Parts: sequence; C-alpha cells; structure tokens
Amino acid sequence: MHELSIVSSIVDTVTESVAAYPGARVKEVRLRVGALASVIEESLQFCYGIATEDTPLAGSALVVRILPVILHCEPCGMDVELEGVQSFRCPRCDEPSYDLRQGRELEIDSIEIEEGE
Amino acid sequence: MTTRIVELRRGILKKNDELAAGLRERYGAAGVLVLNLVSSPGTGKTAFLERTLTALKARGARVAALVGDLETDNDARRLAASGAPVRQINTHGICHLDAEMIAKHLEGWELGELDYLFIENVGNLVCPSSYDLGEKIRVALLSVTEGEDKPLKYPTLFNSADAAVITKMDIAEPCGFDRAEALKNINEIRPGIRIFETSAKTGAGMDAWLDYLAEERAVL
Repeated sequence: MHELSIVSSIVDTVTESVAAYPGARVKEVRLRVGALASVIEESLQFCYGIATEDTPLAGSALVVRILPVILHCEPCGMDVELEGVQSFRCPRCDEPSYDLRQGRELEIDSIEIEEGE
Repeated sequence: MTTRIVELRRGILKKNDELAAGLRERYGAAGVLVLNLVSSPGTGKTAFLERTLTALKARGARVAALVGDLETDNDARRLAASGAPVRQINTHGICHLDAEMIAKHLEGWELGELDYLFIENVGNLVCPSSYDLGEKIRVALLSVTEGEDKPLKYPTLFNSADAAVITKMDIAEPCGFDRAEALKNINEIRPGIRIFETSAKTGAGMDAWLDYLAEERAVL
C-alpha cells in the first residue's frame, strides 16, 4: 500500500522538473523498477490516475520498465542475470551470491514532454 | 509543438534516502548501534524486543527503542517495562516507518548516551523494505507459526536483511515447523545471513543474539 506515497513522490519530482519548461504538457513518465523493489505495477497505475489529477502530469502515461536482478558471481568472475527472485544463485555455476548489482532500483528514468509554440 | 525527452534519473525515494543517510551519519558519530526490526504482524517482535532490552540492560548496556504502529501505544508501554526509554510512533494508516518519522521522534534524545537503539517497524513484510531508516542492521523476523516459505514469498525483505531471527521456537514442534526447510529458504534468498533461533518465552537462543549485538557494537 505504499504505492500512493511513491506516486505522490513522482508527482512532486516531475512537477518540479517541468517548471523549467513553461506551458509544457507531460506525455509520459518512465520508471526503472528493480524486480526486488516490492512495487506492484497495477497498484502504481491505479494510484497514478488519481494522484496526477489537477497536476501538470494529468493525462500522462506511466511506463514501468522492470529490471531483473543481476548478481556478481565470484567464481565465474562476471555479472549474471537472474530469471526470478526465488533463489540467489548463479545460473551458470549454482554458487550462492549476495553481491547484488541490480534489482532494487526505484527511479524516474525520464519524462516525455510536449512544448507549446 | 515539439516533443522533448528529459532525462531525470532520480530515485523516487531520494528524499527518504537522503534523510536516512543523514541519520546513519549521526548514529555513527554517536557510536550507537541501530537496528530496524521488520516482520509480519504477530511474529512476536515486541516480545522478542522486551526480552532483548531487559537482557541488554542487565549486561549494563544503554538501550532505547522506537516502536511503530498504526494506532495505540500498547507496545511502547510493554517495552517501557524494561526500564529503557521508549517512544511510540503512530503512523495513522501508513504501512511503514520512514526516515522523517525517525528523525522527528529522536528529538531530545542524546544519541551519544546510547549503545543500542532498536526500531520496531510497523508489522508488514512488504513496504518497510523500501524505506531506509539509516539502520546498521536490518533484522527480518519470522515465527514458527508462519510457514517455512515466508522468505520465498517476501524475497525483498529477506534479501535486504542483515540478520534473520526465528521466533517462538518453543512451539516449533506442535506447529510442525520444518526447521531445515526454513533455514534453507532463508539462505536461498539471502546467502550467508546470520540466523538466530529464539524463544522470547524460554530465553532459548537469546545469548547468541546478544553476543552478536555486542560484536556488532564493538566494530562500529
């Protein structure tokens, strides 16, 4: 249920950022969300519609890109991508690893705006 | 009309992360070991913490606790019986504690006069995982009544934990608790994590936990 606080934070950040482009309309907000970020896209989308009303983000689309977990595997000497989040082992050599290189992201990547005139 | 892409690359919880980083710095400078206790409602965080506070005080340590709940100060009153300073944080519907609430409730406390500060989070295995409170150690608790697959169901919390505590070990047998399976699942999600099997009722496993706290406090 913290999706609403997350969306409110998105609205604040984007509103601040578009202030530099007077008269601009926000068309799209793109997020990068790690598979371990414990955020549910459906809930985000649901809150987004409500929380953006009467803000510069009203009517914009929210695009969520989910990033898989990437671990560094010491024995293989490389970063490896996990298919899920049920086992933190290297898919190549099966060695467990806690050296997380990606998967906890929760960030606004970019926004697409339409400038008038 | 021109369309423009503006790169932001900004963490959504940046405000919380910055506040938490400030808290972490304060805790470090004060030499206080801060722990964030996270579990489902009913795991026994409060009973475990009552026992921990009382035992640490008996060992001569200076301890304090912040406890989060949606409503009521019942847990703060229970914990205060240990003689430690305790403050209740009522979130009024918010499902987690955040760094701002912690900063606000620390006002007036001299952190330099503490060895340990425990933060008992709101009972919830999902949302607290996203909010850094500046803690040194995040503790994920799991009771024997909850099912051995809880770590698999809530990987975000268990993966981000520094230590895991299994509570209510005194009733493990009647609950049909499969200890090996639980340990395996915790390790699958968070390889190498320290696991403590405890009972706040009988005191079993508490010594290992208290020794761990002392070790962590010593290397601050």
